[in-house]
Amino acid sequence: MKTMRAEERSQVAEPSDTGAPGRERARPRDDRRAAWLFLIPALTGFVVFFGYPTVRGFWYSLTDYNLLSAPAFVGGDNYAQLVRDPQFWHSLAVTVYYVVLNIGSQMLLALVLAALMHRLTRSVMLRAMLLLPWLVPNVTVGLIWIWLLDADLGFVNHLLKALDLGTVGFFVSPDWAMPTIAMVNTWAYTGYTALLLYAGMLQIPGHLYESAALDGAGELRMFRSITLPMLRPVLALVLVVSLIGSFQIFDTVAVASKGSGAGSAIRVIYYFIYQQAFQYFHMGYASAAALALALVLGVLTVVQMRLLRASRSDLA
Amino acid sequence: MNTTKRAGTALLSLALAGTLAACGSGGGQAQDDAAGGNVTIDYWLWDDNQQASYQACADAFHTANPNITVKITQTAWDQYWQNLTTQLAAGQAPDVWTDHVSYYPQFVSSGQILDIQPYVTRDKVDLTQYQDGLPDLWVKDGKRFGLPKDWDTEALVYNSAMLADQGIKPDEMANLTWNPADGGTLQQVIAKLTVDEKGHNGLDPAFDKNHVKVYGFLPEWADGSQGQNGWGDLAVANGWTYLDKNPWGTHYKYDDPKLAETIDWFKQLIDKGYAPKFDKQSTLGRDAVMTAGKGAMTFAGSWTINTYLGPDAKQKFALAPVPVGPAGTRTTAINGLSDAIFAGTPHKEEAWKWVKFLGSADCQNIVAGNAVVFPAIKTASGKAAAAHQAKGRDVHAYLDPTKTPGGTFLLPITDHGNEVSQIVQDAIQSVILGQAGAADALKKANDQVNALFT
Repeated sequence: MKTMRAEERSQVAEPSDTGAPGRERARPRDDRRAAWLFLIPALTGFVVFFGYPTVRGFWYSLTDYNLLSAPAFVGGDNYAQLVRDPQFWHSLAVTVYYVVLNIGSQMLLALVLAALMHRLTRSVMLRAMLLLPWLVPNVTVGLIWIWLLDADLGFVNHLLKALDLGTVGFFVSPDWAMPTIAMVNTWAYTGYTALLLYAGMLQIPGHLYESAALDGAGELRMFRSITLPMLRPVLALVLVVSLIGSFQIFDTVAVASKGSGAGSAIRVIYYFIYQQAFQYFHMGYASAAALALALVLGVLTVVQMRLLRASRSDLA
Repeated sequence: MNTTKRAGTALLSLALAGTLAACGSGGGQAQDDAAGGNVTIDYWLWDDNQQASYQACADAFHTANPNITVKITQTAWDQYWQNLTTQLAAGQAPDVWTDHVSYYPQFVSSGQILDIQPYVTRDKVDLTQYQDGLPDLWVKDGKRFGLPKDWDTEALVYNSAMLADQGIKPDEMANLTWNPADGGTLQQVIAKLTVDEKGHNGLDPAFDKNHVKVYGFLPEWADGSQGQNGWGDLAVANGWTYLDKNPWGTHYKYDDPKLAETIDWFKQLIDKGYAPKFDKQSTLGRDAVMTAGKGAMTFAGSWTINTYLGPDAKQKFALAPVPVGPAGTRTTAINGLSDAIFAGTPHKEEAWKWVKFLGSADCQNIVAGNAVVFPAIKTASGKAAAAHQAKGRDVHAYLDPTKTPGGTFLLPITDHGNEVSQIVQDAIQSVILGQAGAADALKKANDQVNALFT
């Protein structure tokens, strides 16, 4: 989508070359001037904080940069090593596992919540409450749940023990750690996702439900035959945006990896990059991994654009 | 290209250049007061418990050297090294920083730390005043990268009330033995201190290992490649050495059966129910579990004295020396910190003056008086012990090993410290989880570790 915007921009800018200076009423040219003026801050930010670091990152990925000594060119060595590094593939697999768990539970729950809000209540209070977890910073969310779910001292395990159900090492057991992190982030983001879907549901014409009700359709039937199909474009957008967001999971993992956490079972791709860059100081190698991840996300973005275009016809 | 475009480009490049210029300026954060010749030395440390002590040192230093002001910045351990490294990368490092053996090799190999040997020779600094072995930690190829400032050792910390409940006398704790086969008297004590929900201790045939109320022992499994808080001390007592030479060895020995035996011993403690299962243990730290009264004993470094013996401790704890190993000696890891001078500081002479003061009895006695850590100067260590005594804390278990020949061993100092740490910790955790056998996992880890040095 960024490329599209750039193309549009250059198309608008082209005719300006013929414009004569100093004419008050030459509206097209004035627009262009204003457009440039407004674009400069964003463009500067984009080039300084995105374009330049990306180019620089690509250069580093071809070097042995360690932050402290001058980088030396090593060609494609970092990429060759990356392909052979079991830790890298492990971290990718762990990330995909998380994405599947998180997106699955989050979308399902959000959909149910949104449908309930849509059909049962219009309470602003309720909507505000749903959004509350989303307002808490991620690190704080992680810390709160680590305390609540601690295997020995946590409140939840205290309850389980009292009910004689045995304790669970939520964040420390390699089997439980990833589902737990997915659960925590589902808790944090479901309300937000539900609101997006709810907004989409508000676009659905109410008379459809009225006629369906007249035809004797129940709520479940209406959800299946009206809400879901009409919501498809919004659903596709929300799904893909959350998908990419999920790939970038880091904060909760970083918080949960402190001390004797679940170790390699939760070492996601961003954590891998972080470790390589800032704990082992392999900045070159970390840059290569980051670019590999960018490639994965790029593919996901293409899928996103396809999906959106496909769903656009639905709306018409 | 029309004017508008050109203007835009010019603005953009200006903005860019401005940003870059801002990144590139400076080099050493010390600020010069050109007029008066006054110098500010930036000094970094991570331990908030020690900031007051070093502020007192800085004030004393400023009184003696009115033209030098020391500005102390404290950053928590978790961010400290990351901040320091990025500051070094930007050429904006503090003039002097508190240094650690795990991190300093990479600063040395990238030429970030000033060699202070010429200053030490010139000013005739007495290196024999420090605790034995500590000054050598900071030497590589004849160059010296720091003066010792403090040290820490390990001891057993136990819950006094729980000990009394099981009828174990504190005297017995002073002479514990350990071996990897049956665990010696240490294991007997651990078993007795383990109590299930019905009140049976670990030696009672009726003991229910699935409903343990208090674990006799809390192991530390996030202990990197050194096992400073447990497995390392016992493995060394079992006759193991970490690597071919220290410091600056290049071949680790994690595949030694003596280490595998030690890890297996810990594993059987868990299997018997005397220690928490790895995947059911708290991640909030052993001190939290000890404080909650769910653990009776653990290894604790001397930097935790205030946690266990301080005025805020919620249980009554006491210290015992590490147990005597199969070789007939007791030995604890000793680790020390130093102060490093940034190679790029524009104020080398002033920075050295401050580092020399930090390494002198004048400053270390101030630190000793605050009874937080043990200073590196032997006489100051005695003062610290006296300060603890005055507060009613018996800390001999930490101090005695430093006075006994062979009572302490140095932790490994090598390149690739952080990577070695992760590899070995992962391997040991997989053993404790029962995913792999100790011998196999450690052999594999050792190969990975040694491959880093080829």
